[in-house]
Amino acid sequence: MSPVFVIIAFVTLLAAAAAMSLRNLVHCALSLVVALAGLAALYLQLDAQFVGFAQILVYVGAVAILIVFAVLLTRSDATPNQAILAPGWIVGILVSAVVFAMLGWAALNSPGLPREMPPTPEATVKNIGDLLMTRYVLPLEVIGLLLTAALIGAVIIAMKEETPKSCSSRRESAPSEKLERTDPALRDGYEAEKGDGV
Amino acid sequence: MMLEIALELEGRTMFETLDQIFVTLKHQAVAFFPDVWQPLVSALISIAFIPLVFATLFAVVTIFERKGIGRIQNRYGPNRVGIPLTKIRLCGFGQFIPDGLKMLTKEDIVPRAADKVVHFLAPVVLLVPVLLAYAVLPMGRNMTAVDLDAGVLFFFAVGGAVELSVFMAGWSSHNKYSLLGAMRAIAQMISYEIPLILSAVTVIMIVGSLKTVDIVAAQNHYLFGLAHWFVFTPWGLAGFILFFISSLAESNRTPFDLPEAESEIIAGYFTEYSGFKFALFFLGEYLGMFAVSGLGITLFLGGWTAPFSFLTWVPSYVWFFAKLLALVFTFIWIRGTLPRLRMDQLMNFAWKFMLPMSLVNIIAAGAWHFLGAGWLRWAFCSALIFGSYAILGWGLMQNQKLGKRTYRFAD
Repeated sequence: MSPVFVIIAFVTLLAAAAAMSLRNLVHCALSLVVALAGLAALYLQLDAQFVGFAQILVYVGAVAILIVFAVLLTRSDATPNQAILAPGWIVGILVSAVVFAMLGWAALNSPGLPREMPPTPEATVKNIGDLLMTRYVLPLEVIGLLLTAALIGAVIIAMKEETPKSCSSRRESAPSEKLERTDPALRDGYEAEKGDGV
Repeated sequence: MMLEIALELEGRTMFETLDQIFVTLKHQAVAFFPDVWQPLVSALISIAFIPLVFATLFAVVTIFERKGIGRIQNRYGPNRVGIPLTKIRLCGFGQFIPDGLKMLTKEDIVPRAADKVVHFLAPVVLLVPVLLAYAVLPMGRNMTAVDLDAGVLFFFAVGGAVELSVFMAGWSSHNKYSLLGAMRAIAQMISYEIPLILSAVTVIMIVGSLKTVDIVAAQNHYLFGLAHWFVFTPWGLAGFILFFISSLAESNRTPFDLPEAESEIIAGYFTEYSGFKFALFFLGEYLGMFAVSGLGITLFLGGWTAPFSFLTWVPSYVWFFAKLLALVFTFIWIRGTLPRLRMDQLMNFAWKFMLPMSLVNIIAAGAWHFLGAGWLRWAFCSALIFGSYAILGWGLMQNQKLGKRTYRFAD
């Protein structure tokens, strides 16, 4: 374990703990960003440039913003007054420790685990690109299709519900509607101007 | 090590020495230190170069911008302050010294309702990624701070943190204008980041590498004396225009300055910042503009290469900074020329025009690669890009119902 790894791991764990225990939801989200950036730093420390930068681009650049927006648009202003930890937290820690120990024991004793360290693979961006376009092209396409479907679904959910009738009527009566739309704004502007003059 | 440098210098002409003068100076400075310290010193010099040069450039460009906008708007810009304590005026180019001192000595006001920690961190979080982005820009031959294998990806990855800092500033201020500005900024940045990255993808496809140094090297050859820059190809031209518009939006410049629209929401997300923190936002914005222009130069305008083969004797860093200043001048010119967009116009433009065009451009770049050299690929790519531009433009204008402009009160 190099000192760099220890520092990064410590910061990541601390930020993850903060993300769970802070009272203010936005603070939690920001701590989570630090934890995700720490993970990216771990990838970079392992010389996996592509994965590291993709982690930053996707999680810090996009997912964090999504979380923060979701918090902002849905939360009520008040921060919770009751304790952050549930009453049975000691039992919870015990259970999770036991589960972790069992999983670790099972993983360490499984025959599938290689005994020696495999040679470090050449994970350049070019190699990753080649593999994505040849061997893993089908999973890539499936993910692409899934994401496109999700995108279209999100757009449909976000779209205002409009009946086809109003749609067509708008297209026909557009010029008059445009006048109506622009009129009040212009009138307001004119009145405001007059008001200023007086 | 020293011997090698000395030998290298022997065989060089004067122009080559001039071209590599900063690299040589750095090598010589590093050679003074013991072997153990050399990597650290080398890295420190490369790092120190970036804030030093670009902060100076920022100071000069602010004056350049104020004078330029003044010229466009038919008034004087700053023209009084020269070198302090003397009578030399320098056409007002000394203005940044008192401006900087004023920013440093002003009181730093934090609103009582603000979230103190986040409010303090936001300008820092803005400036760090912006400075990091310079690490991969080749500013001259052999003048790249870090030649990363995934350089372009690194640039876009650190750019993502800027949105977070904008949110932090807007949210922590507890001010409705700040929050509105932050919301606008994030919506705009996310929307325009997609065409920005997709237009850069074309270059990566053609070069086959994410290394910025490789991208410049691919453009560093000449045909009939004219440089082989990507902007001189159909897909490159379209890509550069898309990239340039997106970079305008990413750096919150007019006509995309809705996040800090003074006439609507005071100063947007940094309304509640004063003193040096305000200066940091200002600095971060300008440095971001320089960085994204630098990437545009690297991707489409040949990086540090000369436009004509008979001009290759001019040092490479001169070309880089000349192109940078030319792009920054275009930014200022556009700011002095165009009005601000409306929010719906902004979003429609990003999603209905920029995104489809950048996708079409990717197809054109693929066709360019597979059709091989010859007139066919020029014809096909040009037809594809201009055809889709015409169809898209026609289709979007159909819904606009634009008639003859009538003046109600001006007549």
